[in-house]
Amino acid sequence: MARVILDMKNIDKEYFGNKVLKGVDITVHEGEIHALVGENGAGKSTLMNVLFGMPVIHNTGGFKGEVIFEGEKVNVSSPNQAMELGIGMVHQEFMLLPGFSIMENIKLNREPTYHNLISRIFGEKMKSLDIKTMRSDSRKALDKLGIDIDEMLPVAGLPVGYMQFIEIAREIDKTNIKLLVFDEPTAVLSEIEAERLLKAIKELADSGIAILFITHRLDEVISIADNITVLRDGEVVGRLPSEEATVEKLAQLMVGRKVDRVKKEEKNIQRNNNGDKILRIKNLKVDMPGEEVKGLSLDVYEGEILGIGGLAGHGKIGIANGIIGLYSSQGEVYLKDKKIPLNSPKEALSMGLAFLSEDRRGVGLLLDESIELNMAVTALQVQNKFLRKMPLLTFMNLLDRKAIREFAQRMIKELDIRCTGPDQLVRRLSGGNQQKVCIARALALEPKILFVSEPTRGIDIGAKKIVLDLLLTLNREMGMTIIMTSSELGELRSICDRIAIIYRGKLEGILPPDASDVDYGLMMAGGYKGKEVS
Amino acid sequence: MKDVNVKTKSEAASPKLNNSITKILINNLVPIIFCIFCVAGMYYANISTKFLINSIIERMARNSFLVLSLIIPVIAGMGLNFGIVMGAMAGQIALVAITYWDIQGLGGFLLAAVISVPIAVLFGWLTGLVMNRAKGNEMITGMILGFFANGLYQLLFLFVLGGIIPMKNERMMLSSGIGIRNSIDLKGIKYAFDNLIKIKAGGLVIPVFTLIVVALLCIFMKFFLKTKLGQEFRSIGQDIHIAQISGINVDKTRILAIIISTVLAAWGQLIFLQNIGTLNTYGSHGQVGTFAVASLLIGGASVTKATIGQGLLGTFLFHMLFIISPLAGKSLLGDPQVGEYFRVFVAYGIIGVTLGVHAWQQQRQAMEKLKE
Repeated sequence: MARVILDMKNIDKEYFGNKVLKGVDITVHEGEIHALVGENGAGKSTLMNVLFGMPVIHNTGGFKGEVIFEGEKVNVSSPNQAMELGIGMVHQEFMLLPGFSIMENIKLNREPTYHNLISRIFGEKMKSLDIKTMRSDSRKALDKLGIDIDEMLPVAGLPVGYMQFIEIAREIDKTNIKLLVFDEPTAVLSEIEAERLLKAIKELADSGIAILFITHRLDEVISIADNITVLRDGEVVGRLPSEEATVEKLAQLMVGRKVDRVKKEEKNIQRNNNGDKILRIKNLKVDMPGEEVKGLSLDVYEGEILGIGGLAGHGKIGIANGIIGLYSSQGEVYLKDKKIPLNSPKEALSMGLAFLSEDRRGVGLLLDESIELNMAVTALQVQNKFLRKMPLLTFMNLLDRKAIREFAQRMIKELDIRCTGPDQLVRRLSGGNQQKVCIARALALEPKILFVSEPTRGIDIGAKKIVLDLLLTLNREMGMTIIMTSSELGELRSICDRIAIIYRGKLEGILPPDASDVDYGLMMAGGYKGKEVS
Repeated sequence: MKDVNVKTKSEAASPKLNNSITKILINNLVPIIFCIFCVAGMYYANISTKFLINSIIERMARNSFLVLSLIIPVIAGMGLNFGIVMGAMAGQIALVAITYWDIQGLGGFLLAAVISVPIAVLFGWLTGLVMNRAKGNEMITGMILGFFANGLYQLLFLFVLGGIIPMKNERMMLSSGIGIRNSIDLKGIKYAFDNLIKIKAGGLVIPVFTLIVVALLCIFMKFFLKTKLGQEFRSIGQDIHIAQISGINVDKTRILAIIISTVLAAWGQLIFLQNIGTLNTYGSHGQVGTFAVASLLIGGASVTKATIGQGLLGTFLFHMLFIISPLAGKSLLGDPQVGEYFRVFVAYGIIGVTLGVHAWQQQRQAMEKLKE
């Protein structure tokens, strides 16, 4: 058996009383490719943050458990220290300076230097850069990866595939590298590029570097990894050598959880899935950084709750943002028979769409304004509601404070918003109550379709259920069509009628909420190749 | 993957000629516009070539240093450092000191250069501290800090000197004995630098030594950018976040950039004033920032990119306009007052126009990127 490089034992981590890691163990040997698999929020990034000693860990009370690196107990307190130990990371988003050449990027802040006249007086910082060594070292690292590219080219304008390799070259150029972490390295690559990358990773492992590989692509995991650890809800739920793993098995381990149907009895109500199509999306493309939609077609039926799921970065968040017009988009979207003009939030809102943003505090609320104004502001802008008409001076309409107050008081009562009164500042409310204010604001528009993005993000568990129940009530009692985007599959499965899974910016398939975990896991990992399941 | 590489190279090698010409024109729009202004101005101004050449050489020698002091903060991603006004103040404080001690000639000048360094370092350090708290708004921060420092400067020269620190010198002090006169004669060090090596030939006067010093500064800057510290400036200028993750101490390095800029500006102001020969106590530093920034921008620099060549070209064009525009205004409209108006108009107009053009260029680039 090869030498153990990294041994993390019984790692516990809490964020404000919320346990995100529960007794996680992981062991990586020399020359081993160890895959770490799990849904969003399963605790993978937190585990890596612990390994790298990120400030976010120390600022929130540290962690429990032991990290043993090369047989010695270490207490990594900063990313710099991790680097010194020989732990490297290839980031998911590129940490490259576009204006620098490939060589300068590989050697960033590790430039070899030599003394000159001035540096002898003024010290280290004034040493000249040793361009020759920089070039030859970079060349060596690139050759090791089998990349045939001029190291003097600027990074700006290179294909994404190359950028990933430059990041890796930077890590292997560090002479003492012993453990290399890849954080979803293939997420942005085309298939050919991904294959090439996997080959390079294998070669690295053969040269004795231990590799920790984080990914969502299950087929990749099986083809490349030696051992696989599956995380779910902060716990290790599976640990198996890759020979024993199948995509189905991994998918089930990854997703599997008890699904609570909220108010099951109401589900018996005749759903009008066969009803009219209220929204038709054709070939929608949205340019939202990190969540691009690349040609999505989807129909929504009147009166349903449609869930949109999928892994982070595949574009599910982009859909609602694109249709509402917050990010530039192309394609055709029809509300009944009317075409919705894209790239214009005002038009979209006035046609009867409403949107609860995933960025509640940034886009969703005016934090330093009162509850009542927050509730009224969109309707006021878009539909000229809550205004007192002035004779003649129509452009100088005044706020109808009385109507706003009445509406706010009704909403506070109906949605059970815990506050000191309608004039309290929204900033002072808890996450759940802020979300309710957002919902009230959407209700003021009396929308035909309500888009909801990540409605329970950053809300504690009790409030989560209330928000979900509220959405369900709006749908069942007021007949509002709701399109809900969420990273939490369990949440989607608890209230949605149908769930669309997005993979790489396109619709992968649509599942009923009671479909098996295997189907969900496979679909999220792109295993269905567009097959319709129902 | 090799194929991709070859393809991009061949595309770059054979672009359409028309396209590349418009590109060059658009990328150098600002210097080109001002070249046209200069030529047109020369036509109307009707001045002797000798006078023109003499003036421009003198002005290049005395202003280039100040303009070049702006380059490092731009490279470090801190924008145009309007805070060099404080460097100028440091230089002037040193000048007042040596004039009071009556140390003359080159010795006096060099002593002033030495005295100004600790003062400029202090000012630069304080400016850097404030700018680190206002990341992304360095330019306006620098400008306002300049106004604020001007207040302290006046307090020092109008009240503290003579009022708290005893000073007796009838030629320098106001008649009340408290505060410094409005203008101080710098006879002692006038041309102390310029005259070290000066060529007078065929009616031309060339301050060779000062030009050599400017050249040395250029060489030093070139060298400097190839050092470890220079590379750190460039890294931070590209992306603060990535620089930080790579382990560069961003805050400290940014402060260093401002300190270097401020010290260079102090020296630049000394070179400027030894050529002028009089210190306008409360006004000499006033427009240092604006004029230097305008010069750099005319040369084609932007808030994020500046080279030594752009600095020198810009100094040349800006002062060419400065010489020509009053004369052109006078001969066109027959009133020298119009010419004065022209100068101010030119300086501020330039900053406005160039910033506008750069914004337009950036938008255009972004549009092109989208099309790809």
